[in-house]
Amino acid sequence: MTAAGHARRGLAGVFAAVVRRDLLLAVRRRSDVLTTFFFFVVVVSLFPLGIGPEVDTLRTIAPGVVWVAALLASMLALARLFVGDYADGTLEQLALAPQPLLVLVLGKIVAHLLVTGVPLVLIAPLLGLQFDLPATALQVMVLSLLLGTPVLSMIGAVGAALTLGVRGAGGLLALLVLPLYIPVLIFGAGAVSASALGMDVSGHLSALAAIFLIALVFAPWATAAAIRIALE
Amino acid sequence: MSLNIWRFASPQAFYSLAGNLIPWFLVAAALLGAAGLYVGLLIAPTDAQQGDAYRIIFIHVAAAWMSMFIYTVMAFWCAVGLIVNTRLSFMMALALAPTGALMTLIALWTGSLWGKPTWGTWWVWDARLTSELILLFLYIGFMSLHAAIDDVRRADRAAALLALVGAINVPIIYFSVKWWNTLHQGASVSLTRAPSMARAMLLGMLLVALAAWMYSIAASLMRVRSLILERESDSDWVQTIARTEAAT
Amino acid sequence: MNWSSPAEFFAMGGYAFYVWASYGVAAALIVAELWLLAARRRTFLRRSRRRLDRANDAE
Repeated sequence: MTAAGHARRGLAGVFAAVVRRDLLLAVRRRSDVLTTFFFFVVVVSLFPLGIGPEVDTLRTIAPGVVWVAALLASMLALARLFVGDYADGTLEQLALAPQPLLVLVLGKIVAHLLVTGVPLVLIAPLLGLQFDLPATALQVMVLSLLLGTPVLSMIGAVGAALTLGVRGAGGLLALLVLPLYIPVLIFGAGAVSASALGMDVSGHLSALAAIFLIALVFAPWATAAAIRIALE
Repeated sequence: MSLNIWRFASPQAFYSLAGNLIPWFLVAAALLGAAGLYVGLLIAPTDAQQGDAYRIIFIHVAAAWMSMFIYTVMAFWCAVGLIVNTRLSFMMALALAPTGALMTLIALWTGSLWGKPTWGTWWVWDARLTSELILLFLYIGFMSLHAAIDDVRRADRAAALLALVGAINVPIIYFSVKWWNTLHQGASVSLTRAPSMARAMLLGMLLVALAAWMYSIAASLMRVRSLILERESDSDWVQTIARTEAAT
Repeated sequence: MNWSSPAEFFAMGGYAFYVWASYGVAAALIVAELWLLAARRRTFLRRSRRRLDRANDAE
């Protein structure tokens, strides 16, 4: 498409273009996607091996285990969110674009979610079955992950942008981002635990929704600011 | 005579000012600390339920309050730096971090030692201690990010943004941990529910807290002076200082 | 005064270990921080002087 054609596109069009491009790149580098997915599955399976197969114990730890594994897998995938574009200069082009950087960043986050978050959400209930969680708890698990993984991606994007091109970025990203993930973990895993015990989950899920909204307001803006700092 | 405060935004001017102020803050810290410990350790009565183990609170609470206060001040200077783009603001934030982390460490160490005789375990997953632990991670993250970026200007700004993101998160983290703790009916590290805390206990806590504040200011000012020297090392005034001051 | 003898004071009602380990480590950390701050300044001045001397010699 010509430059004029690009200029004619609205904000939504550019957003969609960013999402489409990232999805295309992800499809071509399928190994990245699959690694995250299998990391998640393997980590969840490690816990019973480390703790013992006693069903009551497993049922108790399941929400925490699945959620922590989701945190770690999400963080692993986030390390690659901006690195490729930073290296080949695309990120600089995005920053120079007339459209607000935060919209473009949101596009990259959405693509990242579709590629790494959604598979996690889909496989999590199956893993929950391995831990003998009841069906209602599994439903809550899916719901909590649906609310939570976007927050993980948004907060993680800020960390990924701050550590662009930095020595030891992977470990540093973990150090920066994992403490910020803690509220999501508490309410997400808490919701599943509560559901497994037959208790009310609306409080947990509302808290998750509130955190989601706060993240939506602040995180893309902070990510864009961090990218500009990294590009200076 | 009008005092132009803005001239202290210059590293050189602030260097002298800080140098003059530090001794006063150190003396204040020593006096307030001595008074606070005198009241807390010698005068205050023994607690009905916790015996004399409760006397740890004087240092624990002071350190915990300072750890949170310093983070707030640090975030403030980060915000000023990002908005007004003054070098000294970033330096001040960077100078505050290690002292803040130290306060957090003291709070965690003393909290653990308080928990053992009171609750039987070396670590209590209560809201305040757990939040202190997370605050320590935030401090370490700030310092690590700054250390990992070679370009000083980028390091300053990136770490500043991180501090602000952390500052927004701290209340969220605190409340979520509080919720988590009450849900799981954990123990809480606090003082006895006596009808009213003995006046001596309150006085002791206040004095030691003030002492910690004075000390933190002194330590941060000392650190920022070193930072100023290091960053401005090519300038004439720093070279004059290097030439004239005897370095043993 | 809450205590009737120095021995009583140091015993802290049986909790001597916890109380003194708390204050002791806190004091040690503070002393360490102050010492490190002084050392940082000394190191800078020493290095700076050496650099200036070398620059003078080179002229």
